[in-house]
Amino acid sequence: MGRELQFEIFRYNPQKPEVAPRMQTYKLEETPNMTLFIALNRLREEQDPSLIFDFCCRAGICGACAMVINGRPGLACQTKTKDQSGKITLHPLPVYKLIGDLAVDTGVWFREMYAKTESWVHTSKIFDPTKEEERMDNKVAEDIYELERCIECGCCVAACGTARLRDDFLGAAALNRIARFHIDPRDERSDKQFFELVGNDAGVFGCMGLLACEDVCPKELPLQNQLGFLRRKMGITAIKEIFRK
Amino acid sequence: MQTFYSDLLVIGAGLAGERVAVEAAENGFNVICLSIVPARRSHSSAAQGGMQAALGNCAMGEGDNTDVHFGDTVKGSDWGCDQEVARLFADAAPIEMRRLAHWGVPWNRVVPGQSFYFKGGQKFEKFENPENEGLITARAFGGTAKWRTCYTSDGTGHAVMCTMDNRCAELGINVMDRKEAVALIHDEETCMGAIVRCLRTGKLETYLAKATAICTGGFGRIYKATTNAVICDGGGHILALDTGMVPIGNPEAIQFHPTGIVPTDILVTEGCRGDGGTLLDVNEERFMHIYEPEKAELASRDVVSRWMTHHMREGKGVKSSYGEHLWLDIRHLGDQHISHKLREVDDICHHFLGIDPRKQLIPVRPTQHYTMAGIRTNKDGAAYGLKGLFSAGEAACWDMHGFNRLGGNSLAETVVAGGIIGDKIVEFLKGYETKFKTEIINQQYRRQEQRIKDLISGRNGNESVYDVRHEMQEALMKGCFVFRNGPDLEETVETLEKLLDRSSRVGLHSDGAGVNHELGSALKIRGQIKLAMCIATAALNRTESRGSHNREDFPERNDRDWLTRTLAYWPTEDAAKPDLMYEDSSQIFEIPPGDRGYGGGTIIPADENMVKERTITKK
Repeated sequence: MGRELQFEIFRYNPQKPEVAPRMQTYKLEETPNMTLFIALNRLREEQDPSLIFDFCCRAGICGACAMVINGRPGLACQTKTKDQSGKITLHPLPVYKLIGDLAVDTGVWFREMYAKTESWVHTSKIFDPTKEEERMDNKVAEDIYELERCIECGCCVAACGTARLRDDFLGAAALNRIARFHIDPRDERSDKQFFELVGNDAGVFGCMGLLACEDVCPKELPLQNQLGFLRRKMGITAIKEIFRK
Repeated sequence: MQTFYSDLLVIGAGLAGERVAVEAAENGFNVICLSIVPARRSHSSAAQGGMQAALGNCAMGEGDNTDVHFGDTVKGSDWGCDQEVARLFADAAPIEMRRLAHWGVPWNRVVPGQSFYFKGGQKFEKFENPENEGLITARAFGGTAKWRTCYTSDGTGHAVMCTMDNRCAELGINVMDRKEAVALIHDEETCMGAIVRCLRTGKLETYLAKATAICTGGFGRIYKATTNAVICDGGGHILALDTGMVPIGNPEAIQFHPTGIVPTDILVTEGCRGDGGTLLDVNEERFMHIYEPEKAELASRDVVSRWMTHHMREGKGVKSSYGEHLWLDIRHLGDQHISHKLREVDDICHHFLGIDPRKQLIPVRPTQHYTMAGIRTNKDGAAYGLKGLFSAGEAACWDMHGFNRLGGNSLAETVVAGGIIGDKIVEFLKGYETKFKTEIINQQYRRQEQRIKDLISGRNGNESVYDVRHEMQEALMKGCFVFRNGPDLEETVETLEKLLDRSSRVGLHSDGAGVNHELGSALKIRGQIKLAMCIATAALNRTESRGSHNREDFPERNDRDWLTRTLAYWPTEDAAKPDLMYEDSSQIFEIPPGDRGYGGGTIIPADENMVKERTITKK
């Protein structure tokens, strides 16, 4: 016999506004190697088919299942129940629009972020299919991939004090995105152009330095370093701009 | 009823879908991409290993070219592929890798000088040519003559997916997530778009388009044990099959990956074996070299999965509370390699098994992984049976994989086929006009609306969708897994017949409001059982063993009678079984049917004159 787990789950379906938001209790017997992916699916299939939550890859790769687990944002699929107390409280991520119960709308938020950061390589070169690829140092490629590992789960933004205070704050994921393109030699944007995107209170200078973003990142991205790096870069760019005037 | 219009509607925004969309948008067409999840969560992003393309830049890839890649692909397919398509693919792959580099993919690059690699547990030395410094490098994968798999660490799918989605953002393509197509709109001649359920509100919407492309990936989730994401549930295939006009090609061709972890069936990449990892049995001894002296752990996936299952049947499996398994050993690759090139594997071992692969063995066994089966298209990606309908990627049976696909060839197919088929769709759209028939549109909309009402009200019964689905998944595991035989297949067909009948009585146990998951499952269950039935009946009919389709009662590959591709049509909604038709696997042979060089087994040869007539020499 495994432990009897008690789940306290936030319930609200925006398509049924007449039913007020509430916490609902479920009980489930723990089995070996149980994750929240296994537990939540069992709850839905065996006890309450109206439960709304998101899973996709269930292997910690896609970022679909981020939620607040006992007060801390994380990926549900790679959360083992044995690492939690017998009572597990689940809330949807804050900041993002609620889809229902534990599911939130990260899709729209991140597509807006791509537009704000212009999340693509800016180049004037035209691809020539007859030519050999442009060379790149392997170390540079590895460094870019290091920052490309973000899975857009939204944990960093949900844990961010500034993002909770102001809607226009770009958040760690967006600043990390800028850093990714900044170190990419294929991207022809100048420091000044990057400054125009993030050199303000909604960007690098809005961060209060609480650094919960890095604490909760399931991919352990070096978000703190990226922020420091961008601040220095953008600070220098700002000073240069002042003297130019 | 909210209606959206575009030139091209792409259902599925994984790598294949977005690559098709990019091609059309670059040519000035208006494109809408629909996805169940935010695009970057598509299952493409889970592909760890890499993409095969004959660039020949790295030392172990020296002398590689598109002919060698083509040959490996044909042999891998066990001569089940369309050789014209495999040729199109192999020739375009290197250019596509370079294009991706131009768009922003951080491919790993050649580092000059001496370095080491492992093969079969032993250490070897290689020397990378300084002249190639900084060009795209490659790693080894199963079933290939050369190191040909381009990669970014072990997050290749993720990295390419990021770049492709960035390219969509740059081009301003309308990628709409949380949208699930539930039916195609067609008049039995032309496809006009789709009826779509919004996964934000639960409401139905109509999408009209001159061309529609289904790029929804595989359907592994109809099996109980699969490496696939939960969204790979056959939704796109059901759309096509339900028209009655469009066939599923080779439904019996399902791939089982050798290294799904036990339990949970999460994949650890073939890169583990490519980089020198070994498979061990209960005695912690290697065994693959006994069965496959030359390729050993790096034979093709169908062969390795078969020998693993065989070895466990010989009593050499490791017993566990989750059934028998074998071990994958990457300990000797060392901390540096595991921490960098196999980091996702390290993460998966840590999070889902609680082990350290530097010190411990990884429990693995064959698990459903890939569907070579798919919506049958011609070499332009146009679906059989309906004008204006296309398909690309794993969703399609384009057919470069035949009865077994090589590791690294599917991720490459997404973008290569996406580019080629995208170009053909552009050709199709140029100057093309069509008529949208409001009667047909309204009929289909009302039909879907009624289905939802009936499921919610329980008008047809209250069978639980989850119970029915569970039994379907178990039935496939029993009859349509690594080894198949007549009696088990007959039993599976019988079970599925009963389940198909029960599926018509499914009713919701919840109220179905909003983005209700039970409703989403219930809308699909009947189609999923139809797909399962296509697999089982086609596998029962095919009395030979080819690639991943292993009949214990018919162990020979029979080129005389079965050098064919199955086409499974679902004739009418109330039919109990599919109509199975057959077409020749390939109209031409660059490489006439022969021995793969691994996997063993005997071959019943094809008619000599037929082979001679179709054999061509490359210009």
